[in-house]
Amino acid sequence: MSDILLEVNDLKQYFPIRTGFFQKTPLKAVDGVSFTIGKGETLGLVGESGCGKTTVGRSILRLYEPTAGQVIFDGEEVTKNNINSMRKKMQMVFQDPYSSLDPRMTVEDIIGEPLDVHKLYSNKKERREKILELMNYVGLNSEHATRYAHEFSGGQRQRIGIARALAVDPQFIVCDEPVSALDVSIQAQVINMFEELQEKLGVAYLFIAHDLLVVHHISKRIAVMYLGKIVELADSDELNNNPLHPYTQSLLSAVPIPDPDIARSRQRIVLEGDVPSPLKMPTGCPFRTRCQYATEQCAQECPTLTDRGGGHMSACFNK
Amino acid sequence: MNKPLISVQNLHTSFFTDSGEVCAVNGVSFDLDHGEILGIVGESGSGKSVTAYSIMQILASTGKIVDGSIYYKGEDITKWKEKQMRDFRGKCCSIIFQDPMTSLNPVFTIGNQLTEAIKLHTDKKGKEAKARAAELLELVGINEPERRLKQYPYELSGGMRQRVMIAMALACEPDILIADEPTTALDVTIQAQILELIQKLQKELGMAVILVTHDLGVIASMCDNIIVMYGGRICERGTAHEIFYNPKHEYTKGLLRSIPNVTRMKEKLIPILGTPINMLNLPKGCSFCARCDNAMKICLTEKPEEISINENHKASCWINVRDAMINEGGNADE
Repeated sequence: MSDILLEVNDLKQYFPIRTGFFQKTPLKAVDGVSFTIGKGETLGLVGESGCGKTTVGRSILRLYEPTAGQVIFDGEEVTKNNINSMRKKMQMVFQDPYSSLDPRMTVEDIIGEPLDVHKLYSNKKERREKILELMNYVGLNSEHATRYAHEFSGGQRQRIGIARALAVDPQFIVCDEPVSALDVSIQAQVINMFEELQEKLGVAYLFIAHDLLVVHHISKRIAVMYLGKIVELADSDELNNNPLHPYTQSLLSAVPIPDPDIARSRQRIVLEGDVPSPLKMPTGCPFRTRCQYATEQCAQECPTLTDRGGGHMSACFNK
Repeated sequence: MNKPLISVQNLHTSFFTDSGEVCAVNGVSFDLDHGEILGIVGESGSGKSVTAYSIMQILASTGKIVDGSIYYKGEDITKWKEKQMRDFRGKCCSIIFQDPMTSLNPVFTIGNQLTEAIKLHTDKKGKEAKARAAELLELVGINEPERRLKQYPYELSGGMRQRVMIAMALACEPDILIADEPTTALDVTIQAQILELIQKLQKELGMAVILVTHDLGVIASMCDNIIVMYGGRICERGTAHEIFYNPKHEYTKGLLRSIPNVTRMKEKLIPILGTPINMLNLPKGCSFCARCDNAMKICLTEKPEEISINENHKASCWINVRDAMINEGGNADE
């Protein structure tokens, strides 16, 4: 299919952790993740902290060197050698708008840096024009260009980060928790901007977040991760109305809903205990230690992601 | 009718910084009854946490209650001496904070920190105190309490640490528990566990809870009454039902429009434009005026007074005054 922009195949990212004097244990942050993103589509990626969702985003852009698996962007495999030219097509917006901007650079230089790296202008005047156009896109005034990052509020800083990502005119942006550090009233401004930019520029997003309401709102499809694996992937409405995997079910029931009647009438499935340490992963299905349906089979083998009809994928033996 | 447990009246709290006086709380008044769960919601910088800290009088050294009083069972605790306050904290009123990692001391064991509170406020000592600590850990749903007492905070997960914080707060069975963003640092599934625990304990022990949060979802499922704060003032107060289904302040309406609606998920969000106000120089009129779509002339110059919408609902917005006038057939421009 030619509509597919990004294809991730069996991506694995292990980090060696020293567990003894001579001993190293691999921490399986991402363990065999596969998905595709279409042109101009938004795929939401949700999960609890430590489930590897951020690592997936970073491995796609080769901010980490993946242990195994391949990433195919627009028909071409992303490798160590072509990553510089690939980053002209793929960009990233980071979670923390405070630490992701260099405090010693002016806004103009921050947004202009990708232009410098990829040599996307012929003279100074063109560079400046491009920067002002980008600032206009994300709703910043032209007089902000000479200011430094610390002079801006959180929401404005996130806009600078987005303008920087847009500078190279990418087809795909990894948004790593772009709104979690912002206040509620500012979140809506930034979410709307992401949607408007998508309509205008046709850019695709991998939208990583832990706020399920926001992800449901912005994404066409949603993937749910648990301990380095995708446990369920479906159309966002389908996932919310008809979750199949027990982890998704409890995750959705735990989301606080800002509506007193709905919030009080629904049944919460409260999970017992905490997420196991990724260093001491349970055998078989990673979720079985907290799952109410777990059987003998779950301890033996790991369920794979299978299609349950209409592109609704789930990885569970019992549900 | 019983007297309220805590009655905050016209509270003003300011921080005296190098760049001037920051009026974090400007004339906040509310009552808290026995066994009530009160939610205070607002953005960062709205003064919600400072209101809570003012009750406990645990403000930073630059902060001071400049005006107003806080009555606890009829006594004004702002006039109390530090020694009396020390008794008040822990015994009458306890607080749990947002970040369970930084609010526990990393170099002492859980048991050490838990028994400290017990030894300070009760006459239990040694083994007795230790037994009580184990009992508390069991109450908040921690398995193997005896073993946990010997562990250090770093050995526990975030959710467990927050449970320990709750156990510590409940050590002397206070009348009031203040929870300042208790679940913001936690994952959704752990958040659900902790909220469930607070609700359960509230019912069992019959204490009153003040829940301070920015998350409208948490507020909706937990609270009987809600206070919405902006710029150090109360915009609106009422029952959960009134606030969510019949908001009467432009800020509350804006907040509810700016979060994804469960029933109309794909609809475009309507954000509140602009940025939160600068607390260093508060506007003369309504603090929300600069971001309000329906602001009128009077909003710029005069602070709106709180008017009753019905017996369970009050709001401070000039638009309600105007609407009331129109209903009465008066002239709205006056």
